[in-house]
Amino acid sequence: MIFLNFFISGISLGSIYAIIALGYTMVYGIAKMLNFAHGDVIMIGAYVCFYAFARYHLNPFLGVAAAMLICTLLGIIVERLAYKPLRQAPSLAVLITAIGMSYFLQNTALLMWSSNPKVFPSIIGRGSFRLFDGALSVSHITALTIGVCLVIMIVLSLFISKTKMGKAMRACSEDKGAAQLMGINVNATISMTFAIGSGLAAVAGALLCSAYPTLMPTTGALPGIKAFTAAVFGGIGSIPGAFLGGLMLGVIEIFAKAYISSQLSDAVVFGVLIIVLLVKPAGLLGKMTQEKV
Amino acid sequence: MKKVLICALLVLAMSASAFGAAFKIGGTGPLTGGAAIYGNAAKNGAEIAVEEINAMGGDVKFELRYEDDTHDAEKAVNAYNALKDWGMQISLSSVTSKPAEATSAENFADRIFALTPSASSAAVTEGKDNVFQMCFVDPNQGSASAQYIAEKKLAKKIAIIWKNDDVYSKGIRDTFVEKAPSLGLEIVSETTFADGNDNDFSVQLTEAQTNGAELVFLPMYYQPASLILAQAQAMGYAPKWFGVDGMDGILTMEGFDKSLAEGVILLTPFNADAKDERTQNFVKKYQAKFGEIPNQFAADGYDCVYAYCQALTQAKATPDMDAKTLCGKMIEQFTTMTFNGVTGENVKWSKNGEVTKDPKGMVIKNGAYVGLD
Amino acid sequence: MTMRRLINLKRVQARRIYLTYAVVIAAYIICTVMSSTNILSSSMRGMLVPICAYMVMAVSLNLVVGILGELSLGHAGFMSVGAFSGVAAAILMQNVIPFAPVRLALAMIVAAIFAAAAGFLIGIPVLRLKGDYLAIVTLAFGEIIKSILNNFYLGFDSQGLHFSMLRDTTRLLEGGKLIIRGPMGISGIQKISTFPAGFILVMLSLIIVFHLVISRPGRAFMAIRDDRIASESIGLDITKYKMMAFVTSAALAGAAGALFAMNYSTIVANKFDFNTSILILVFVVLGGQGNMLGGIIAAAVLTILPEKLREFSEYRMLLYAIILIVMMLATNNAEIKYFLSRLNPFKKKEAE
Repeated sequence: MIFLNFFISGISLGSIYAIIALGYTMVYGIAKMLNFAHGDVIMIGAYVCFYAFARYHLNPFLGVAAAMLICTLLGIIVERLAYKPLRQAPSLAVLITAIGMSYFLQNTALLMWSSNPKVFPSIIGRGSFRLFDGALSVSHITALTIGVCLVIMIVLSLFISKTKMGKAMRACSEDKGAAQLMGINVNATISMTFAIGSGLAAVAGALLCSAYPTLMPTTGALPGIKAFTAAVFGGIGSIPGAFLGGLMLGVIEIFAKAYISSQLSDAVVFGVLIIVLLVKPAGLLGKMTQEKV
Repeated sequence: MKKVLICALLVLAMSASAFGAAFKIGGTGPLTGGAAIYGNAAKNGAEIAVEEINAMGGDVKFELRYEDDTHDAEKAVNAYNALKDWGMQISLSSVTSKPAEATSAENFADRIFALTPSASSAAVTEGKDNVFQMCFVDPNQGSASAQYIAEKKLAKKIAIIWKNDDVYSKGIRDTFVEKAPSLGLEIVSETTFADGNDNDFSVQLTEAQTNGAELVFLPMYYQPASLILAQAQAMGYAPKWFGVDGMDGILTMEGFDKSLAEGVILLTPFNADAKDERTQNFVKKYQAKFGEIPNQFAADGYDCVYAYCQALTQAKATPDMDAKTLCGKMIEQFTTMTFNGVTGENVKWSKNGEVTKDPKGMVIKNGAYVGLD
Repeated sequence: MTMRRLINLKRVQARRIYLTYAVVIAAYIICTVMSSTNILSSSMRGMLVPICAYMVMAVSLNLVVGILGELSLGHAGFMSVGAFSGVAAAILMQNVIPFAPVRLALAMIVAAIFAAAAGFLIGIPVLRLKGDYLAIVTLAFGEIIKSILNNFYLGFDSQGLHFSMLRDTTRLLEGGKLIIRGPMGISGIQKISTFPAGFILVMLSLIIVFHLVISRPGRAFMAIRDDRIASESIGLDITKYKMMAFVTSAALAGAAGALFAMNYSTIVANKFDFNTSILILVFVVLGGQGNMLGGIIAAAVLTILPEKLREFSEYRMLLYAIILIVMMLATNNAEIKYFLSRLNPFKKKEAE
């Protein structure tokens, strides 16, 4: 039973990684860019939610909607100012700019909301479902996070495969130049990707802080890196891969803590990542690109 | 951008022109980054003390400057050097332990006296005659905690959760573990966390629970502790909780459900709810100025400045003395004087810079500290 | 490519190399003179050694990122291995070799050897991967190194060296000393790093890297970077060359780590985290990939910049972030670059 309980804890933690990883993978898949500022957009989203519920007593869903709106706008602005001028530049330059943006967002948050941690009120309370006479418990927030992950995953997959915009996104990810020639507005498509990714970040922020309720300007940074790892683990660019990678990373982390050593859990997590990448160099669900000679 | 510049210039102009002959007192601390809570608190506390002392119009006046060290030894030395260029005469060392170890070595080499508000690792003062601490040193907290638990017969079976990449947490844990067996305490579970895996504590708590721990010892700061308390409640685990001075501040987190901390015992030198006039005055001013209730770091910062004020007055020091002369005088004063502040009465220092004051055992009842004794 | 253009290219390359040496030597002389005549502030003087260490880090990472064309996000890990092994060696040698500069040099050699060994071990799996996957695996190794060092204990007594993992079970005899103390790192380090030593290390690393670049391996590195498949088809042993670059880079980073660590009285493993790796990558990218002088200048500028921004107090790091973004835009946006290149008469000549 303890084993199962650890498994459920792993899934809870993993579902949080998964929802953050979805944003990473979405942006990477289309724009081919590691957006290291994603974790900080999550933090901004969480602060907006916090002020919406705790200070202005908004309905939780309205609060999340407000956060999505603000983060989407933020994503568009950031993309327009910092990433768009570098469309032709080497990908590393964009990576560094994203890191600069991450510092910028963290320090803006520090100035606006101070360094004192705030305790985030859960969007759906702290209850849990009890199974087998209470021997197992799954918190509501975990169930919600997994549900939201699945919904986002399905909607995103449908969006990308069925709609016109989605097709344009896939075209851009295959070959920007060719997409341009086919009359696709590459710039607008990539901006759209960022807008969606940032909107998702707001949802991730609300769920992250509902599950682990302390909120500081650095809240998004480390989960962001873990989630990035999860995205690579599942095969970066693959939407189901991000979900699977996130869950597995969470479960591995909890099991490593429980059965190996809590002191070395991070080393174990990253060790497993390395082994997986050696066996499957494009991650669990990533597709191998055939090299053209 | 323009606004930022103007603000910055205003701050500069104010700090430069407001005082005539004043002692230049400088400290470093994490004002940005993940540890910014502690640095800002100490800085704010020191600021209030400086304002009060300067307003009293006595012989001793201060000009205070805090520089950001982002909780990093390298940046702390840079910050220290910047303070030296500014003309720092006496130092508030650094707020956190590792940076303070680095800057105190510089203090020692440059003969600039240092009194740290909250850098509690033993290595900060070790082998340096001019570096003093306002807070308890970590090993003492560890053994004091073990002693307290044994004397008050709080529990026999104990679990420890500590932070595996933190000097403070490790320092307390080491002496606690060393001392516990001789006091008849049994450590049944010992688990850790670190930056980057400090969100989920289910494994640590389950291990404590299954090993039958009656008391969980939490040598850590309040932010992870608040998560541990919440997760323990969610899984229906209710042991006794025992914290150290880093736990102070948990009740002041915005939005914290105080019922989670009900019954938590902690050893802390400071209690923001204390009824004495000095504490109440300090808390009131702090709240008015920063909109928050001060924690132990702020109180330590506040006391440091007052301890300097007392020592400088007694030594009849004047601001035209150089750092080296002041250093000699301060060593003489601090090893002989007794100080009363908001973090303790009859505070004394030993020759190696360690403080002796009584840790107060507090228990949290109805969202407030209540003395245990 | 005609023969004449090839010769011309070589001449440009040689000129760039000599320019780099000249700039570094000139900067060293200026700083030494300013330092000895007390024109340099304490703040600047205190940064001389770390700047040298960061320069070496930038040069060594540039070999992997700029010349070999592989993204590494864990370079600070090698710095960490070098810092810990170098400091431990220096402490052990304290009584045997009283002359500090020799001890420092030996410590840096030990550091380079340990870091090179780590680089080799990590290189075996890492170099089989490509692109972003290689990057994430280097990030993972950086984190693993940090995690291991946070749990590593090393002590010595009359019986010799003792080490343990997770718990301190070294059980030292009377008079023994615990050197590495897990999360508490190393305390009480003798500060024996000096600016001249830093300068020598920068020069040495430049000589080693330039020597590699202009010789056969260097051409192989660049061939691999520009077209891996074509290089493979002409019989280049890709793994060997990649490993050569990777291990050299790790060794230099290790020496830089020892130099850095012995400038402070204490070090912890957390110092060498992902953020430090990223910082070094920023030096390389900002200075221009493959451009050693650029990386060196970027390392100096970005180390000094946050210190010079101190007068803006709480807005300091915000301004730093803005300046970083603006610098990246200015050096990488095609339109701005074109605009700048028209202002710069030297650039035009080289481009021809």
